[in-house]
Amino acid sequence: MFTDESLDVVGFQSSWKKSHGQTQDSKTSQTVPVHTAEAETQVRSVVSNSTQTDPSESLNDQLTLHLDLSAEPPGLRDFLHRVEDLVIQELVKNSKSHAFDGYEVNWTDQHETVSCLFRLGFCEAQDRGLQVTSVSWNCTGSVIVCAFGRVDDGDWSTERSYVCTWNLDRRRVNPKQPDMVIETATPVMSVSFHPLRPSLIAGGLYSGEVMVWDTSRTQDPVLAQTGMCSNTHKEPVYEVKWVPGPRRGEMLVVSACSGGRVLRWSVDGAEGKLILTSGFALIRQQLPLSRSANRVRGDTAIGVTSLALSPWDTDMFLVGTEGGLVLKCSFSSQTVAAVPSDGESVTLHAPAQFSFSPRAGPIQSLHFSPFHRNLFVSVGTDGLAHVHSVLQPAPLLSLRVSDSYVFGARWSPVRPLVFVAVTGQGVLQVFDLGQKCLRPVATIEQDTGAQSALCVEFNQQQLLAVGNADGTVNIWQLSGEFTEQQPRENAILQQLADDVPE
Amino acid sequence: MAEVEETLKRIQAHKGVIGTIVVNAEGIPIRTTLDNSTTVQYAGLLHQLAMKARSTVRDIDPQNDLTFLRIRSKKHEIMVAPDKDYLLIVIQNPSE
Repeated sequence: MFTDESLDVVGFQSSWKKSHGQTQDSKTSQTVPVHTAEAETQVRSVVSNSTQTDPSESLNDQLTLHLDLSAEPPGLRDFLHRVEDLVIQELVKNSKSHAFDGYEVNWTDQHETVSCLFRLGFCEAQDRGLQVTSVSWNCTGSVIVCAFGRVDDGDWSTERSYVCTWNLDRRRVNPKQPDMVIETATPVMSVSFHPLRPSLIAGGLYSGEVMVWDTSRTQDPVLAQTGMCSNTHKEPVYEVKWVPGPRRGEMLVVSACSGGRVLRWSVDGAEGKLILTSGFALIRQQLPLSRSANRVRGDTAIGVTSLALSPWDTDMFLVGTEGGLVLKCSFSSQTVAAVPSDGESVTLHAPAQFSFSPRAGPIQSLHFSPFHRNLFVSVGTDGLAHVHSVLQPAPLLSLRVSDSYVFGARWSPVRPLVFVAVTGQGVLQVFDLGQKCLRPVATIEQDTGAQSALCVEFNQQQLLAVGNADGTVNIWQLSGEFTEQQPRENAILQQLADDVPE
Repeated sequence: MAEVEETLKRIQAHKGVIGTIVVNAEGIPIRTTLDNSTTVQYAGLLHQLAMKARSTVRDIDPQNDLTFLRIRSKKHEIMVAPDKDYLLIVIQNPSE
């Protein structure tokens, strides 16, 4: 009943496929093309400018240009004709007039009296009886340094000592407490501040050593020292000073001792050493002694007790000796000194060129006048102050300062005719060479209990520091009459220097 | 020509005269016996001072006028002779 049936293939389209058929569309899109354009621009005019200053010599020519004699300004001749008589009349009248002699204008308050501003001291040094052997002002004039040592004790000594500084421009100065205390191994005989650098101090010790301290170094103030080497002095160093060196701006230390040696040192701060650059030795046989000077007793060694440098001539220096001689010396001397070497590493030269008339005792202090290149003052233990010209052996003036010793003398930095001296009685004497009489115009008693005053120094503000044997330093303010220059003072000083004694 | 120089020389030869300067109305030195820097300094300062002195005199009395100016200092005496076109400055050390 069942048979195979084959049916025709029936085809039909799928409706599913068709309904899910993806519709596709095609679109196009494009951005607007970028427009580009080219343009050129250029400035059409060029300006170049130059400028230059005139070379200095043509600037200086400005005046000489006008001085060109061919171009006489109009009317100049008439003008000069008109005023010549009037001017000459006044010039003549003026040179004869004495209307203004002694006339002074009171622009500033005068210090009427001499006053003691400070009395500086250091207890530890005073307790041990140390004396102020030397004082020095720094280049600004505000710091004073004082050296403690002894002059009354000839024994070789190894006691410790001090160098103290005070800054007097501080608002509160404590006169009993120094700003800085430098301890030294032996007594200090001389100190000197560097003339340009306010913190450097050179010092000479009793043992013959020379030191340089830098007060700006708080840890270890010793900048350089000679040490106890064979180069250095074997005797107490009585003077240290700074002198200009061969190179520009360099300063050398010069030191002089009672053994007759004058040595020059350069400061090597990096090595901490003082290096001997040249040395001089004084020996009796090589002194240019005049006939009168030959009478001077004395040993062959000429002990140097004082030294002065000329502010005008850096080659010249003066030394004063224990035997009372004052010698003019030259740093450039080439004469070899006839002395056995003490182991110095340089050849010693004999510096003396000229000797002045000798004195009866050691020369304690020498100072060149800051106003006349030939004048200096010397004082010694004979109690006299001699005003000398370097050109002649005899003194121009001899003034009696004291019946006792005279330890220090300094010219005033402002009054050409005034100098001060300090004595063994502790008195400060002021001399005015403009006065007729040769007696001190002022005598200032210091409260030292009749102990000696050993050193004296001016600063630029005309304060006067006096170092005393009782261990104090007095700072004096002088009165107006000693700090104001008078008319004709320079002329009188010139006359004095030209004076030739009979 | 040399007459001007002769006159200046005559003035310069007087006792104590340190320097002589002629200054024109603008204060520019035209004749001098001193060095350049000193001349320029004196000329500039004294020209100003002379003008000031003149106006002071005329302000006090308009009929009056400055005829001569002398400055006395501790070291020098400076004399200024004014004119409409020129100033003559003479520096003297009277104590010499």
